[in-house]
Amino acid sequence: MATLVSLREAAAELLHDGDSVALEGFTHLIPFAAGHELIRQRRRGLTLIRMTPDLIYDQMIGMGCASRLIFSWGGNPGVGSLHRFRDAIQTGWPAPLAIEEHSHADMAARYQAGASGLPFAVMRGYVGSDLPKHNKKIKSIECPFTGEILTATPALRPDVTILHAQKADRKGNVLIYGIIGIQKEAALAAKKVIVTVEEIVDELNAPLNACVLPSWVVSCVCVVPGGARPSYAHGYYKRDNAFCMAWDGISRERETFRAWMERHVMRTADFAEYRRSSEAEAKVSSHR
Amino acid sequence: MTIAAARRLRNGSVCFVGIGPPSAAANLARLTHAPDVVLIYESGTIGAKPHVLPLSIGDGELADTADTVVSVPEIFRYWLQGGRVDVGFLGAAQIDKFGNINTTVIGGSYEAPQVRLPGAGGAPEIVTAAKEVAILLKQTKRTFVERLDFVTSSGYFERRGGNGGAKVRGRGATTVISDLGVLVSDPATNELVLAAVHPGVSAEQVRNATGWELRAAENLEITPKPSASELAALRDLHARTAAAHGGAAGAE
Repeated sequence: MATLVSLREAAAELLHDGDSVALEGFTHLIPFAAGHELIRQRRRGLTLIRMTPDLIYDQMIGMGCASRLIFSWGGNPGVGSLHRFRDAIQTGWPAPLAIEEHSHADMAARYQAGASGLPFAVMRGYVGSDLPKHNKKIKSIECPFTGEILTATPALRPDVTILHAQKADRKGNVLIYGIIGIQKEAALAAKKVIVTVEEIVDELNAPLNACVLPSWVVSCVCVVPGGARPSYAHGYYKRDNAFCMAWDGISRERETFRAWMERHVMRTADFAEYRRSSEAEAKVSSHR
Repeated sequence: MTIAAARRLRNGSVCFVGIGPPSAAANLARLTHAPDVVLIYESGTIGAKPHVLPLSIGDGELADTADTVVSVPEIFRYWLQGGRVDVGFLGAAQIDKFGNINTTVIGGSYEAPQVRLPGAGGAPEIVTAAKEVAILLKQTKRTFVERLDFVTSSGYFERRGGNGGAKVRGRGATTVISDLGVLVSDPATNELVLAAVHPGVSAEQVRNATGWELRAAENLEITPKPSASELAALRDLHARTAAAHGGAAGAE
């Protein structure tokens, strides 16, 4: 059964240096608050897993949390490049970053295999692509029935998966709606699951066939209103596009990036304080 | 480029849409001659009818206006790999004369690149599972190159034999729409051939913006000028988008 604890306690108890961790959410419900907490707790040597390492992984990589990245598309959606991600790969700053690169369909299949208790995923993938030449985990397999050549890649089994969701009930059953991405597969593939939620409600009122993670597959539920900002939570708040664009400037140089992270993440106690700090600065700069 | 690409989308076809220019073109088609086109985004939104252009591939606008929203494994496995997609509308950082796409690295090696690009996303499987693929890309010698530093997603040539026995269903990149003209793949040579130039553009200009020896079709066409209704629909779409997102974002 999921326990209702603070995000600080959940992260400290369940996640350790060197672990593999998936923070998922396909452009929607990205667990920013949880990513910040791992940065604050100075986690090191993590294998970060995520289909779309966007701003949150840019921040974690730039703050030195990661030694390895498993991904399929690394950019600032609708804006451009991730400067910290690029700096880590191109120059090894602040620490060398090994990469394991796949396609979206492959990452989705790998999580599904993990959730399904299978050792590998099978798919029609990468025909004519150079990626398999550089990623030894992408292999070919012959179909035992038709002889067709297909792609096989190993299951993903993160030590910890972290998600953000709209709500949970008091028992810790979690409801996710809107673009549900890869959340269910990432949760069921993992050994431990942390979910931050917008709110705790008496009744989930989940429609039949809704995406629900039952309490007994979730390790910890943490209430963090706005915990997906600057991404969005369907039914609660919209994506903060102004911040996503501002991030391009903040993150471009190492010094401005570090100063921003120190001021708003390292010197704040939690996500609520971070939001007051960063939103106050955003207001000032928008009035300039 | 947007209008020329939009015209290529048939009404009623099922289109797997990339973000940015492909999304603008696909939605323009939906708002003009192809009201029944089905737009699928890799975030799992099927039949999306966004009122404003999405900034990211998973904007809430896409979910709110979709016929249904499914998970990411479902969109790739059932809908794309299952063979339900007629055409993929994609962008790229670079292409070569066979329509191969690079979105991974430029310069140096894969391990130590000069410029690291975002990576594959959904494209490697979109190009092989969709019945055909159209690529939208501004044409310069830096984007239309003789040799790619990395083939992220295969183009037209790779369809023909080889590939260690792996089969593909689609024809691959059959069309490239640029800001200068339209290139189509020639089944005889697998090479992209200049099929049309946009109004006011010469074949020579297109060749000068191409990194390989570009052949022009014998019956080279001129893209018909944008109609008043096409221009109005595109301007309205961009104006709505700018108002919704603030500034010129998404108005590529």
